[in-house]
Amino acid sequence: MTKVTLEVNGKKVSKEVPDHTLLSVFLRDNLNLTGTHVGCDTSQCGACVVHVNGKSIKSCSTLAADVEGSKVTTIEGLAKDGKLHPMQAAFKKTHGLQCGYCTPGMVMSAVDLLQTKKNPSDQEIREWLEGNICRCTGYQNIVAAVKEAATKM
Amino acid sequence: MASLVGSRVERKEDTRFLQGKGRYTADINIANQTYAVFVRSPHARAKIKSVDTSKALKSSGVVGVLTGKEIAEDKIGGLIAGWAIRSEDGSEMKVPANPPLAKDVANFVGEPVAVVFAETLDEAKEGAEKVKVDYKVLKAVVDPAEAMKSDAIHDGVDKNLCYDWLLGDRKAVDEAFAKADKIIKVDLINNRLVPNAMEPRACVVDYNTASEEITLYTTSQNPHLSRLVMSAFGGVAPENKLRVVAPDVGGGFGSKINVYNEEIVCSWASKKIERPIKWVAERTESFLTDTHGRDHVTHAELAVTNDGKFLGFKNETIANLGAYARVFGTVTPTYLFGPCATGVYVIPAAYSNVKAVYTNTAPVDAYRGAGRPEATYTIERLVEKAAMELGIDKTEIRMKNFPTQFPFKQTLVHTVDSGDYVAGLEKAKQMADYKGFEARRKKSEANGKLRGIGVSSYFEACGIAPSAAVMSLGCGVGLWESAEVRFNPTGQISVFTGAHSHGQSHDTTFAQIAADELGVPMENIDVVHGDTDKGTFGMGTYGSRSLTVGGIAIVNACKKIVAKGKRVAAKMLEVNEDEIEFKDGEFVALKSNKKKTIGEVAFACYLPGQRDEMKSPIPEGDEPGLIESSFFDPANFSFPAGSHICEVEIDPDTGNVKVEKYTAVDDFGRIVNPMIVEGQVHGGIAQGIGQALHENTQYDETGQLMTASYMDYTMPRADNFPEFNLGFTCTHATSNPLGVKGCGEAGAIASPPTVMNAVIDALGGQEISMPATAEKVWKACKAMKKSNAKAA
Repeated sequence: MTKVTLEVNGKKVSKEVPDHTLLSVFLRDNLNLTGTHVGCDTSQCGACVVHVNGKSIKSCSTLAADVEGSKVTTIEGLAKDGKLHPMQAAFKKTHGLQCGYCTPGMVMSAVDLLQTKKNPSDQEIREWLEGNICRCTGYQNIVAAVKEAATKM
Repeated sequence: MASLVGSRVERKEDTRFLQGKGRYTADINIANQTYAVFVRSPHARAKIKSVDTSKALKSSGVVGVLTGKEIAEDKIGGLIAGWAIRSEDGSEMKVPANPPLAKDVANFVGEPVAVVFAETLDEAKEGAEKVKVDYKVLKAVVDPAEAMKSDAIHDGVDKNLCYDWLLGDRKAVDEAFAKADKIIKVDLINNRLVPNAMEPRACVVDYNTASEEITLYTTSQNPHLSRLVMSAFGGVAPENKLRVVAPDVGGGFGSKINVYNEEIVCSWASKKIERPIKWVAERTESFLTDTHGRDHVTHAELAVTNDGKFLGFKNETIANLGAYARVFGTVTPTYLFGPCATGVYVIPAAYSNVKAVYTNTAPVDAYRGAGRPEATYTIERLVEKAAMELGIDKTEIRMKNFPTQFPFKQTLVHTVDSGDYVAGLEKAKQMADYKGFEARRKKSEANGKLRGIGVSSYFEACGIAPSAAVMSLGCGVGLWESAEVRFNPTGQISVFTGAHSHGQSHDTTFAQIAADELGVPMENIDVVHGDTDKGTFGMGTYGSRSLTVGGIAIVNACKKIVAKGKRVAAKMLEVNEDEIEFKDGEFVALKSNKKKTIGEVAFACYLPGQRDEMKSPIPEGDEPGLIESSFFDPANFSFPAGSHICEVEIDPDTGNVKVEKYTAVDDFGRIVNPMIVEGQVHGGIAQGIGQALHENTQYDETGQLMTASYMDYTMPRADNFPEFNLGFTCTHATSNPLGVKGCGEAGAIASPPTVMNAVIDALGGQEISMPATAEKVWKACKAMKKSNAKAA
């Protein structure tokens, strides 16, 4: 067992967990933050993307103990004061989601893109999101959402 | 009040999904739950000689281990085929038993043999490792084309043949072919696909020892149907003691129609071990055991005249059912396929022959489009080839054979109520700049690239119902849909539907149509689905049926609310009922202009009296309350149609195919929410392009699935697609009062032939099979170079 201490969505948390606990499991099972989804277990689909110290990572292939002491932001921590983050609002406006399962990872990944590059081209957006699989939308409205958010962020 | 139907209303469900507040099955935990891990056959075909659970039972944290022996002793029934299909010779289809846990023989890799329950997931996994199964490995039957010549894998199923089905008239076809100037022939493989909803299947079961009720949370497209099957065929519990909840479900695409082994086993076991159970599939388990799609081997012919008129059509198809026949397994390659075989054309003689075979692979069932993509691929490849061989423009040959009169009685089954195929293709040509293609081809050529254009015109039969029709064809249940509209005393409305949303946006579109009917803001309306304890009954969502069947049930229930409201308002306003008009949520007495809002009327229905006076607003013959329900069973399927045009560019040095342009023009009748419909079309096209260029399910000769993770199975990604260019035409469906047609599957039906026709066009007519991967295309480019050199 290992004691893992993190700052998750602005709150300090500390839990004793088995050494091999993945960050996705830590968030979902130990903190009940079930917005972070697991879609593939092989770090391919990106449903599990969260931010660790501001950068997007795949939480299904990261040990919780490996990010000890880090600041973690999950989809639950994105909206502030009851107001959707511009990326969340953009996904809603452009219909960038259908079943909602890939959405948390997709949104977290897209937020990191705009932190990295302010006004990405369509092709840059599509290439950045290569690590996030969506089976519903055909990606078109996701690309539109990122472009919409780029005008607001 | 402006109509909400037709507006791009933002989705109600997004607020929760975007904040991580969706509640999917794997998000549910129940106090004191155990974790289930299944022991699965590592062999495609093997006799199970013995199962030793003794070491697993002693493993740390293990609560119980159950096998095929116990489930058979408890007489728990197996999985079922939902449709009975007859062979051409009149014999009934052959269906083997499909027990929830294999007892004597395992028939595909991943078939569950035993299950271990433990206090933690890790302990359950360790326990499962300790279950020792002694197998005698048998030679597996894997290739559907060889199945009829191989050993029978199921007792009593000769030649592995489930049925040999015929639709149409062989004699008429022979006569038509005898008159033809030319016979166009194709040999096609419709590649096997894994639906891959992003949410893996899961179930959480809670058994209440006091009420003896089982609650099953599960990833289902049709919770009521699951309950019916588990109760009637599984014998797990009576329907009134079984609650099935399908909460937020992360995509289905057909793969979550079936009741699966794990749901039956965990529900049964929860009662046995008297503990809640949680099971969540890993992605590889999903690949191995979710029902797959397509997997047809087809030879088809089209008889034509030299000037491009179609005279006759026939197809001989082998359809792979996998190891067992499941809910839509037997109907997908027959009545969802054959009736669409002649496509959007007038073809006076036709037949469709399908031999469905069993193999030692995962069961094959409905996948987005189910049968109709396979049919469309067949006819649209033939038509494109006919255009090429006859030297007629590919759009002209289509126009020449379109029906011009509607209703259009097809040669095989359907009478298509409405459509305008010419308008659709004309619009697509214009949007795609069809005329400008040759210039673009030359430009590509100058850059050393090969450019091709492909067209496909499709129609499909969806909105799956009417009960009398489907039951006459062998369906085991009716396919109506139900709705209940509860007007609560304080004005909020709950709309219960038997349809189920797993991405389709029912919270929004159903609220739009109810808001229009009742004249109330849609914020006041909640759409409730997915819980057998809440809604009355329902057949669920598949076959693009939610709006055309379920939506109409909501409209009809709302109309009953308004009709009762009129009677009550008339009494309240002391006028005759026929003097009341209902408009924008108000009942208005025409002469006096006195009015009551629908909210006031609802309130009066629940509080029917007033102080100091013996007076009720409820007319004689009516009852208090304002709740109405409706079961809608349409008179016909709905028939969306359209034309898609695709342009690809091939790099002959790498074989890479780039989709340069994709234009889709569809006719879905009246559109409730254009934003949502566009999203459905985008998703369908993406899945179809995935089939054409990327996705393939590969078993090796021993029946091992080689593509069992996202490392090996190519899922289309964002950078595989261009921006799709969408347009619409509109002819109203006549089989429902809204005039709507289904839109969920169209994209996946039309796009594979559109893309393949473009690829084959770029390759100068050289046939190539799906998926047109870089390797295959590169080889084709090399062959083309060689033959060009020879010709020169």
